[in-house]
Amino acid sequence: MIAAAAALAGCTASAPPPSPASSAPTVDHDPFPSSYRPPAARPVALVGATVLTATGEEIANGTLLMEGGRIAAVGAALPVPPGYRTIDARGKWITPGVIDAHSHLGAWSQPETVDAHNDVNELTDPNTAQVWVEHSVWPQDPGFDTAREAGVTTLMILPGSGNLFGGRSVTLKNVRSVTVQGMKFPGAPYGLKIACGENPKRVYGGRGRSPSTRMGNVAGYRKAWIDAADYARKWDAWEQGDRAGDPPKRDLQLETLAGVLRGEILVQNHCYRADEMANMIDIAHEFGFRIRTFHHASEAYKIAPLLVREDICVATWANWWGYKMEVFDAIEENAALIDAAGGCAIIHSDDPILIQRLNQEAAAALSAAWRAGIEISKAQAVRWFTANPAKALGIADKVGTLEPGKNADVVLWSADPFSIYARAEKVWIDGAIVFDRADPAYRRHSDFLIGQAGERR
Amino acid sequence: MIRLGVLLLALAATAPAAAETIAITGGRIVTMGPAGEIASGTLLIRDGRIAAVGADVAVPPDATRIDASGKVVTPGLVAAGTALGLIEVRMVAATDDRGTHKRDLSAAFDAGYGLNPDSLLVPVARLGGITRAIATPAYDDAPGRELLFAGQAAAVALAGRPMLMRRGVAMVLEMGEGGAERAGGARGAELVMLRALFAEVRDYKMRRTAYDRGETRDYTLSRADMEALIPVIEGRMPLLVTVNRASDIRDALAMARGEGVKLILEGVAEGWRIAGEIAAANVPVLVTPIENTPASFEALGATLANARRLADAGVLVAIEGNGNHREREMRYNAGNAVANGLDWRAGLAAITINPARIFGLADRVGSLEAGKDGDVVVWDGDPLDTLTRPVAVLIRGERQPMTSRATELRDRYLPAILAPIEGETP
Repeated sequence: MIAAAAALAGCTASAPPPSPASSAPTVDHDPFPSSYRPPAARPVALVGATVLTATGEEIANGTLLMEGGRIAAVGAALPVPPGYRTIDARGKWITPGVIDAHSHLGAWSQPETVDAHNDVNELTDPNTAQVWVEHSVWPQDPGFDTAREAGVTTLMILPGSGNLFGGRSVTLKNVRSVTVQGMKFPGAPYGLKIACGENPKRVYGGRGRSPSTRMGNVAGYRKAWIDAADYARKWDAWEQGDRAGDPPKRDLQLETLAGVLRGEILVQNHCYRADEMANMIDIAHEFGFRIRTFHHASEAYKIAPLLVREDICVATWANWWGYKMEVFDAIEENAALIDAAGGCAIIHSDDPILIQRLNQEAAAALSAAWRAGIEISKAQAVRWFTANPAKALGIADKVGTLEPGKNADVVLWSADPFSIYARAEKVWIDGAIVFDRADPAYRRHSDFLIGQAGERR
Repeated sequence: MIRLGVLLLALAATAPAAAETIAITGGRIVTMGPAGEIASGTLLIRDGRIAAVGADVAVPPDATRIDASGKVVTPGLVAAGTALGLIEVRMVAATDDRGTHKRDLSAAFDAGYGLNPDSLLVPVARLGGITRAIATPAYDDAPGRELLFAGQAAAVALAGRPMLMRRGVAMVLEMGEGGAERAGGARGAELVMLRALFAEVRDYKMRRTAYDRGETRDYTLSRADMEALIPVIEGRMPLLVTVNRASDIRDALAMARGEGVKLILEGVAEGWRIAGEIAAANVPVLVTPIENTPASFEALGATLANARRLADAGVLVAIEGNGNHREREMRYNAGNAVANGLDWRAGLAAITINPARIFGLADRVGSLEAGKDGDVVVWDGDPLDTLTRPVAVLIRGERQPMTSRATELRDRYLPAILAPIEGETP
């Protein structure tokens, strides 16, 4: 009662009267702002490791210096300045923190067989561009913990692929937090999930409504972009007309689509088949936006030169194939062939188990490439789960490589990360340690597991 | 940067010839049998069978030689819990023969019929070093979970005729959450139903003649299902039970003890919590060691240490792949178990001799011993490592093509990708 009264008071008596100048609505483009603040951390020097910088370099006997949450220096046998805590990393390997460009952690949480934990697909309309997946994310998903223990420092959470427009993605730092705001990657752009192919047409065709075919899918995209262009034009006209008169009414769905047209929101497009990717590229040209990443993209190798020319990243697997028709032509070398063509290749997970071994999945793609006579170095392939997903997420200026000035997101591996036997030993985010295999305090933080059977695993 | 030579080599590979003598020479042979590990040895195959293996085996002059110098030679991998031969595209129902939803065909469903040796999944699995597999029924849950038993698994060979190696190697049953749902929604219901059904099968077994004359009481199961369950209650066909929660594993062990049923446990996410009890019951397990998330309320204790802890307790452990199209990842799963503490040799055993023993196939496959079938893989490194690939795969003594539809697709598109780089286009 007291709270209600106070809230009511806030609305009436206590609020200052609106002034004419502030009556014009200002659209808040960040209404759920990140509350993440990197913790203070002591400077750390990792000494004697093999360092894969993800800039194409492999440094033997490397030193990595972290200070103030940033990479201070990286190089062979660098002197360690005073004040640094030195960690002997001889015989071990260092990479940037692992970045997963395609995850549903938190939105489809463990235990995943529990219907109440599935908040990933708003299957009520083929266009749900108005939903934001961050509002589904449960930070207590134990999957965040297991991913962190495997070196995953940044991940993009996407809505599902049942709709043509699934909603906004969110990019998270894999840190402990009770709120999603506490995980949001400061400054990371939003993404828009678009889905091609079988899923939307199956979901809505099964309900006797459009889309029930791939041509229905394309009509659905184009109608939405026409509406979005119209909406953006009305807002532009109002803004350019010195904000006189009534502004257009805000529409959350069109606002997100218009954000794509303005280049502020990155298109993350679930699309398996080569022919469908080509159609999506033409749609992007028709309406004047860019596709940042094709996800899954099993047939990307069939149109590699086109994807390179369009500067579209390809986020894919090595081993997944055959579970439906549109993924029947998947090959292990897909990412490697995109890389060989000069493109932006990414190994992604879409899965709470695979997210823990993107390095191994990359190794499978790499050895498949070697078998095919394509020589790609480990120093290059490490980019598939670090620098290239950073580019796809629009955060390559902050993370993804080990370069001075970048955020100190670092994994210390027990061995060559392309070996099946490598495990993440220590993980840092912004220079602060978030996982240490030697210290049980860093394992399994999720509230959900407290007191559960098998807790002391 | 780019070499095309390997592609030409692949094209030049000749078709395997039957009934030849093959000598694999110079490799590090990990036999998984009495001969142990041979640092540099020779494996001789004649007429499809292993004729000799050792450090000082004479190579007959007419033998086709495979030089394995610097390579690792192992038995062909044996994959448990697969859909090989039963499925093509998971979401194309007409190509999925893993299960039936016909109510009066549960235990009698036999995965050994209708196998498709031309399945495109087979060459993919072979390129992962797999030479034999257990084609395992899965429940068809489309119309609702009603069937108690999924059916009978069959052992298959991934080359040569016939694909079927041995029928009825296990009867498949799900317990825990899934089993409870099939029994109407409670674990206690499933256990009671199971005991009642086994009692009916025993009753039926004694009254077959009367049953034919219509002089018995009504049984719950069809005649075909009861016939299929007779070898199970007689302890001749193991009951393969998928179960994960520690208490459910205990219930399964108690049920098997009470019914005199031979058990194989599958899944077993919380097996490590009662590893001593599983070992004491002498029950083998099939595990997927990378499954470490609490994916359900019956797997809250899932951990990467499961395989190691079970093996340490003395349980016979086989490691599974990742199902359907992803069986080639089985050896990576074993590698991950090793990364988490399992002995390397135990990891390799978990994908060779152990599954062969568990499914009663060790007389033919699972180790490199004279008299066994010529299932052999030559690897360019550690067979459990992702960076390693097989360079030769032999099944029943015949060398297999190192191609799949996927490698053919790769080779169709590779030149167009490489040409701009090498400047070969006009």
